[in-house]
Formats: sequence, structure tokens, C-alpha cells
Amino acid sequence: MKAILEGSHAIAEAVRLAKPEVISAYPITPQTHIVERLAEMVANGELESEYICVESEFSALSAALGASCAGSRVYSATSSQGLLFMAEVCFNVAGMRQPIVMSIANRAVSAPLSIWNDQQDSIALRDAGWIQLYAEDVQESFDLHLLAYRACEDHRVLLPAFVCFDGFIISHTYEPVDIPEEKEVQAYLPPYNPLNKLDADDPLSMGMYATPDYYMEFRYEMDRAMDRSLAVLKEAGKEFKKIFGRDYSELIESYKLEDAEVAIVALGSICGTIKDAVDEMRAEGKKVGLLKIRALRPFPAEDIKKALSGIKKVGIFEKNISIGSRMKGAVGYEVKDAINDSSVQVLSYVAGLGGRDIRIRDIKKITEEIEKGKGDCFYGIREELI
Amino acid sequence: MRDEWFRADRLPHIYCAGCGNGTIVNCVLEAVSMTGWDRKNTVFLSGIGCSSRAPGYILTDSLHTTHGRAIAFATGVKMADPSLHVVVFTGDGDLAAIGGNHFIHACRRNIDLTVVCMNNHIYGMTGGQGSPTTPLGKTSTTTPYGASETPFDLVDLAVAAGANYVARWTSFHVKQLTEAVLNGLNTPGFSLIEVRCQCPTSYGRRNKYREPVDYITHLKAHAILKDKWESMEKSGQDMPADSFPVGEFVRRARPVMGVPDEA
Ligand SMILES: Cc1ncc(C[n+]2csc(CCOP(=O)(O)OP(=O)(O)O)c2C)c(N)n1
Ligand SMILES: [Mg+2]
Repeated sequence: MKAILEGSHAIAEAVRLAKPEVISAYPITPQTHIVERLAEMVANGELESEYICVESEFSALSAALGASCAGSRVYSATSSQGLLFMAEVCFNVAGMRQPIVMSIANRAVSAPLSIWNDQQDSIALRDAGWIQLYAEDVQESFDLHLLAYRACEDHRVLLPAFVCFDGFIISHTYEPVDIPEEKEVQAYLPPYNPLNKLDADDPLSMGMYATPDYYMEFRYEMDRAMDRSLAVLKEAGKEFKKIFGRDYSELIESYKLEDAEVAIVALGSICGTIKDAVDEMRAEGKKVGLLKIRALRPFPAEDIKKALSGIKKVGIFEKNISIGSRMKGAVGYEVKDAINDSSVQVLSYVAGLGGRDIRIRDIKKITEEIEKGKGDCFYGIREELI
Repeated sequence: MRDEWFRADRLPHIYCAGCGNGTIVNCVLEAVSMTGWDRKNTVFLSGIGCSSRAPGYILTDSLHTTHGRAIAFATGVKMADPSLHVVVFTGDGDLAAIGGNHFIHACRRNIDLTVVCMNNHIYGMTGGQGSPTTPLGKTSTTTPYGASETPFDLVDLAVAAGANYVARWTSFHVKQLTEAVLNGLNTPGFSLIEVRCQCPTSYGRRNKYREPVDYITHLKAHAILKDKWESMEKSGQDMPADSFPVGEFVRRARPVMGVPDEA
């Protein structure tokens, strides 16, 4: 069924269809509309789930972790300060190998206080052991929730996932969304079948003390599971296509890259604008293309290398800043490492922090900078500071 | 006098029409101006929320911190320089939900802060979700058919945890509120002044007090003076629905932290 829905409400629909048994969340702009809608669904009996009105994000994810360890499918959602406040628990969830799916309505972090979009929040937690998926529009945000549950709960993976989408730009925008039938979702996403769970008849301790003799092996296992998740996510994407028709069989998406001389690399909603900019620049005779990265973790390095092969100029749009780093943005390093070819110029552009709009004209200007070979810098800083 | 403390250049403020927060800021500044304190020696802190925007309208040094942490930041400010007068603006969510731990520990330590809590019974700034002070049965965006969890009584909490001064008033009781804030400012140790205030936009709209006047009338009608409340309780009377006691609940001299040594 097609419906015109606010991004947040579409995501709430996806969660309703995924049927988590426990939902635990604390409100924060711009995530609020998702959890308000879910609270309403639970209260109306449209979704059979325990909705816990916890007192903070710290409790939100802690309660979610407890519920997951007890064997339930669980859901949470947050943004910005809320995610940072959860940081300790994020590492715990991944370390205990609980396949929790959490929505991240990407928002800048304090200080100074900002409620607007960038991707600093989720990227700051890049190394926590969570799969990180980034959506371009409302439909993809909807779809990736179902896909994430399926891949995370796969016994070859058993890791949690952030489904990231840009705050306001996606969370508060109305778009037409294809909402599948409950039957189809059930076929795609069977009930959660935990490999290990707390069970009084077969007692189990989770999160216990690991001595220096064993600690590293836990990290090793997590890393291997993340590596395996590359194939599992793609499989889940292929299966998704079979049932729902939309193609997520790759963790990247190429747009007009075949004959491109310049490639722009980006994550999230900006990809939509970049596609329009690419069309305009192509009409002006520039051979430009886009590589959209859907998964930052696991990082699809091989696929990126293949997709960009032959292209000599690559520019990464970064809605994050790794303060003090040479390239400035965090994603650029990984792209550069994936390409691993010193004859290719790979440059980062920090843009759109704290909600500053990136327009088509900005994308064109950055493309000129890529062509000139000038980068690893902020784009669009006020003149008086330069 | 209080005009000297007000940053008129920050107007217009962000509060919705009919919000009670402005009245409370007004009363606090009135009380502060009665102390004779120097603006240069007074610091206002807050967490995050509508209530926490208050220090932005005051002409002193201020820290707008993270959600729930104002009291922890204030503890640092006060211990670094006990000669400073430190006042915290907070909301029911900021103080009792995400910041609940800092709140009870500050009471326990009895650190010399004055905390003014604007209790509108919801998370106002994020659009009216249920908070730990949402009364049973009242609706919010996360409790669409009424809250089912027992709320905190902020006054009881502060008294039990050890604060030296604890009072509760409403945004209707401007004189009593001003006096209570002044008492809090003058009492060494931790002071909590809870102010029940109207949020017509969010809480009121969902709970039949959409009009600010109706809301304030409701606050006035349901606030029962502490002595009367206690005698009603003693005589075993049924307490009228939605009513709550107001007044001064504790003024004592437990050992304190963060007070300058006598010269
Ligand atoms: C760590 C964190 N979680 C959540 C939020 C989102 N948030 C901002 S204000 C607020 C609630 C404010 O409620 P309250 O303290 O009662 O203040 P009011 O706005 O009602 O005055 C929340 C949940 C945040 N800023 N930081
Ligand atoms: Mg409040």
C-alpha cells in the first residue's frame, strides 16, 4: 500500500511491522515523532509490545539490552546527545552480541547546542561494534529497519545496528512510501530466534569479567561477525528485493559512475541532492558521478574499490569532523584506504554541519574544488574566519 | 531593581503565549535583587528544556549545560569558588528523570545551591511527552490514554534526601514564590523551590486547560496550604482530586558543602 507519510511515522510503521516485543526510548528532537507514534500504537492495541517510558537514554538502552538478553526482539531510537549518553551501553550491547535495532535521527552534538542535522552522533560511535546503515530517503529508512532486523538476528552476525537517517530532512519530511503487507513482512522477518538467552532452566551469565587471557578473543569474534555481516546484509538485501521489489543487494549504490572522471562519495539524504547536481553537471558536459555508501559498518571496501576503479578524482562529503585529523572527515580515510592507489586523488570536504544546507550550487562548487585538487578542508566557512 | 538582572536585548523570548516560565523568572530575579548580591558574583546554570532557557535572559555569567546535568555542573562551579552565588533553573524532566541521580546526591551533600524547578508535568521542549511528574491518568504524547506510573513528589524527594530548604508554590503565587526563592537563596545548603506552572500549549492542551487563565485558576484552586493539607490528612478527609500541598516544607541546618569558610 502506498501512503504519504512523515518520515518518522513511516519508520514507526516499519517498527510496527517488525513487531518488537519491547520498545524502550527517551524523547529527543528530532526522534520524538517516531516514539510518540509507537506509544500511540501500543496504547491503541495496534502493536502488541511493552513500551517503557524510561527516564533517560541511558536507561532506554539498558532496558533494551536486558530485554534482548531475555530473548525479545527490541527497538529503541535516539539522536545526538541521547546517543552519546548511551555510549557506554552501546559497547555493552555489541559486546553481549545482542541484535538490537535502533533508529538514529542524525543530529549535531553539543556544545554549542544544535538540534539540526549532521552525522557526527553516529559517526562518533563508529567503533562501538554496531552495524551502521545510512538511508537516503523515507522509503529507504523504512526498508532498512526490516533489513537490519533480519541481518542482525542472523546467527552468523548477532550484532546490533543503527539505522541512520538525517534528522528533519528525512524524519520530518512527507514522502510517498510503499508499506508492505504484514504477511510479506512475516515471510521476510520471522520471529526472533535467539541463539543464547537468559533462561532459568539453563543458566547463563552475560557480560562477565574477561581476564587478559580472553578479552581480546571477544573483540576478535565481534570483528569477525562484522566481517561476515557484509555477506549477510547483501543476502538480506537480495531477499528483500525478491519479496518487496526494492534492491538493497549492495551496500553501495553507483550513480552515473561508468564513464565518470570525478566521483563524489556521500552518505544519507544529501545523495538525493547530489544526484540532481550530477544530472545538471552532466548536462553541462562534466563527467561526474556519485557513489552512495549505505553501510559505514561493515565498511564495503572491496565494493567501493571496484565501483571507483579508473576514476582519478574522488571527493568525500563529510557531515562530520574528526577534529585534529589531516583529512578532517572520518569517512575519507576509509575510502582512501579502500582505493589504495596513490595515483588517485582522494579528498574530504566537511560540509553541512549543524544543519547548514548543502545546495546544488554548493555541490557544484565542491566538484570544482575536486577538479582543482583542493580539499581535506571545511566547505562554506564564513569569510571573516578564513 | 530586577530589571538590572534582565537581558532585555534577548527579547523576544522563546516561550509560548501563556507559558508560566516568564512569571517564575520574574519572581526569581525579584528575589535575587532583594539579596543585594552583585551580578558579577552570581551564576545561573541550567540543563536542557524550556525551563532551562531561563539563564539566557539573565545578565550574569551562565552555563547552559546538557540535559539533566545542571546540578553536577553547578557543583563544580560552587566548589571551585564557594564565594559565588549559584542558582539552577531546571524542569521536571531535567531534574527528576535524566538528572535524578545528581539531584538526590546534591541534596545528600547539601551543597549550597538554589534550585528552581519549573514543574509543568511533561517534557515541554520536546513536545509534551510524559515525565516522572506526570500525574496518574493525565495524558501526554507518550501516555495517550493517561499516565499509569506513579509520579515523584519532588518535595518529598528533596526532604528525604537531605536538602536544607524545600518549598513548593505555583506560578499563581507570585508573592509567596518570591519569598520562598529569597529564603532558599539565604539558606546555606541545598534549596529546592518547586514551582507548578502552566504549559497551555502542551500539557494544558491535552488535559483540558488549553486557556492559560483556566490553567492558572486550576493551579490556584488545587494548591492547599501545607498546614491545612496536614490537618485534612490527619482528620482522614479525602483529598480533593488533583490537589497538592504548597508552602515551606523544610528549613533546617544540616551540615553543608560549598559554603565559604568564615573569614
Ligand atoms: C541526553 C538528552 N536526552 C534528551 C534530550 C531531549 N530533550 C531536550 S529538553 C527535554 C525534556 C525537557 O523537559 P523538562 O526538563 O521537564 O523541561 P521543560 O521543557 O518541560 O521545561 C528532552 C527530553 C536532550 N537534549 N539530551
Ligand atoms: Mg517539564
